[in-house]
Amino acid sequence: MSQIVYQRSPGLKDVETHYCPGCHHGIVHKLIAEVLTEMDLLDTAVGVCPVGCSVLAGNYINCDFIEAAHGRAPAVATGVKRTHPELPVFTYQGDGDLASIGTAEIVHATMRGEKFTTIFINNAIYGMTGGQMAPTTLEGQKSTTSQSGRDRKIHGLPVRMAEMLATLDGMAYAERVCVADIPSLNKAKRAIKKAFTLQQKGIGFTFIEVLSTCPTNWGMSPVEAGRWVQSTMSQYYPLGVVKDAEVPA
Amino acid sequence: MQKELWKGNEAIAEAAVRAGCRAYFGYPITPQNEIPEYMSVRMPEAGGVFVQAESEIAAINMVYGAAAAGVRAMTSSSSPGISLKQEGISYLIGAELPAVIVNMMRGGPGLGTIQAGQADYFQATRSPGHGDGRMIVLAPSGIQEAADLVAEAFDLADIYRNPVMILADGMIGQMMEPIVWHERKPAELPPKDWAALGREGDGRTHFVTSLRLQSAENEVFNQQLMGKYQQIARDEVRWEAIDCQDAQIIIVAYGTTARICQSAARKLKQEGIRVGVFRPIGLWPYPYEALRKLAEQDTVRSVLTVEMSLGQMVEDVRLAVCGVKPTPFYGRTGGMIPETEQVADQVHQILREVKA
Repeated sequence: MSQIVYQRSPGLKDVETHYCPGCHHGIVHKLIAEVLTEMDLLDTAVGVCPVGCSVLAGNYINCDFIEAAHGRAPAVATGVKRTHPELPVFTYQGDGDLASIGTAEIVHATMRGEKFTTIFINNAIYGMTGGQMAPTTLEGQKSTTSQSGRDRKIHGLPVRMAEMLATLDGMAYAERVCVADIPSLNKAKRAIKKAFTLQQKGIGFTFIEVLSTCPTNWGMSPVEAGRWVQSTMSQYYPLGVVKDAEVPA
Repeated sequence: MQKELWKGNEAIAEAAVRAGCRAYFGYPITPQNEIPEYMSVRMPEAGGVFVQAESEIAAINMVYGAAAAGVRAMTSSSSPGISLKQEGISYLIGAELPAVIVNMMRGGPGLGTIQAGQADYFQATRSPGHGDGRMIVLAPSGIQEAADLVAEAFDLADIYRNPVMILADGMIGQMMEPIVWHERKPAELPPKDWAALGREGDGRTHFVTSLRLQSAENEVFNQQLMGKYQQIARDEVRWEAIDCQDAQIIIVAYGTTARICQSAARKLKQEGIRVGVFRPIGLWPYPYEALRKLAEQDTVRSVLTVEMSLGQMVEDVRLAVCGVKPTPFYGRTGGMIPETEQVADQVHQILREVKA
């Protein structure tokens, strides 16, 4: 007798994604899809996907989506959530999007304590445009616009968005996770679920930063890229809960 | 019906609420500040949403979000702020979302001045944002008309799924006039079955987007937009012609400038000069045909355009008149307002030249 032990989440559409081999977008999509399914939110959730590799997320995750201009997803999500407080709303943003062109929007959405969730994919590079330096690119890391490696004297040091945003009172919950191995992946899913749970309680802004890979633009194999997240990225961007407003400091 | 004294900016805001606008997002800039101030009180009263955004860019993107979720949404600004909103306007066009944007124009370029101007005509009618988009542009010349056009703007936005701009000069925002609140018959509007508000009963999802990566698909979309714009250009032309029949001179002007030109025309009439004023109410689509027919009359010697700019609408006047009559231009700019005497002098000069 056969038994189904694993299958595609109903939170994902039955399509192939355009993501490169070894890219973590697909894994994070899956985790969001599973969380929305388990929380019974697929019918009501509205995602906002701005410019970047994940601008087509609405073709993959099986809930409503709004594409946004580069960096503007937190403003678009504000427009949705304020007019429809009953809907679970989330943005799905990359690091060029959130930490560079959309800095004003994410800072002010956090400051206002907007009651949506942001999933922040930090892969330390601009993926879609072909590997340019991002605000999150590590010191010494080579990119097409920092070909000798990021130099702190010229570019400054990379920004830790979760910590920066956690200084604002509107932040209810911030956690940094990765999905490079199964225990981390399970932790990441719990973090995403916690964020949506707190959003449903209406406590404030919730923010999950996911350290992710970009093997194509890093010039690594998928396996090397996953290891680099754990060995190098997570040294500069420590994993764990950055802020939990429900737990007194 | 009872007349009430209303300031332009506040009348526009109240008209939006009465038209069912339930989301307003804005950022302070003179001379439109009474709109966000009024909305900050009135929106919550009406069960709607008011957010003072961190920037004009954020404000237009909040409008984009609310509109994508099926809500009647609006923002307002003045010239420098509208430049910042152009990105969002282009995305509204590309995602076919309805929204109303008020531009209470001031004198530019750059930071310019806070006094009234009309120098954003090109921006509004030619290039509301990047790409092949168009925007319906309505230009009130008084407070009553401003209130009436706001209501119409929301209907047009919903019917055509396209942003609509109220393009007024700062004078309209700042002056007070008696107005009447008309009861409007609700328009027949298409259902917003595209809105991202959660999946349909059959599990179908909505994806509001302006991204069409396949060029061939994007060309087809642009052609569909063009079809929509051709329909708008046919069905949504608005103008007023005052004493233009058998006129010697036709003055073309919109907004506050049209009011000044009407005063000049009345003064000239006392001197025995027949001056008509042609006032476009819609700037896009432009009333080309109506203006051309009037300009073709044998009595008409010249078609004078007056603007608070160095000459922007005059290009549409020349397209309409198409060389059949002279099309001189008179403009004050940078926040300066043409005076009745100055307009009358222009007419005198034209008539002298015609006789000479």
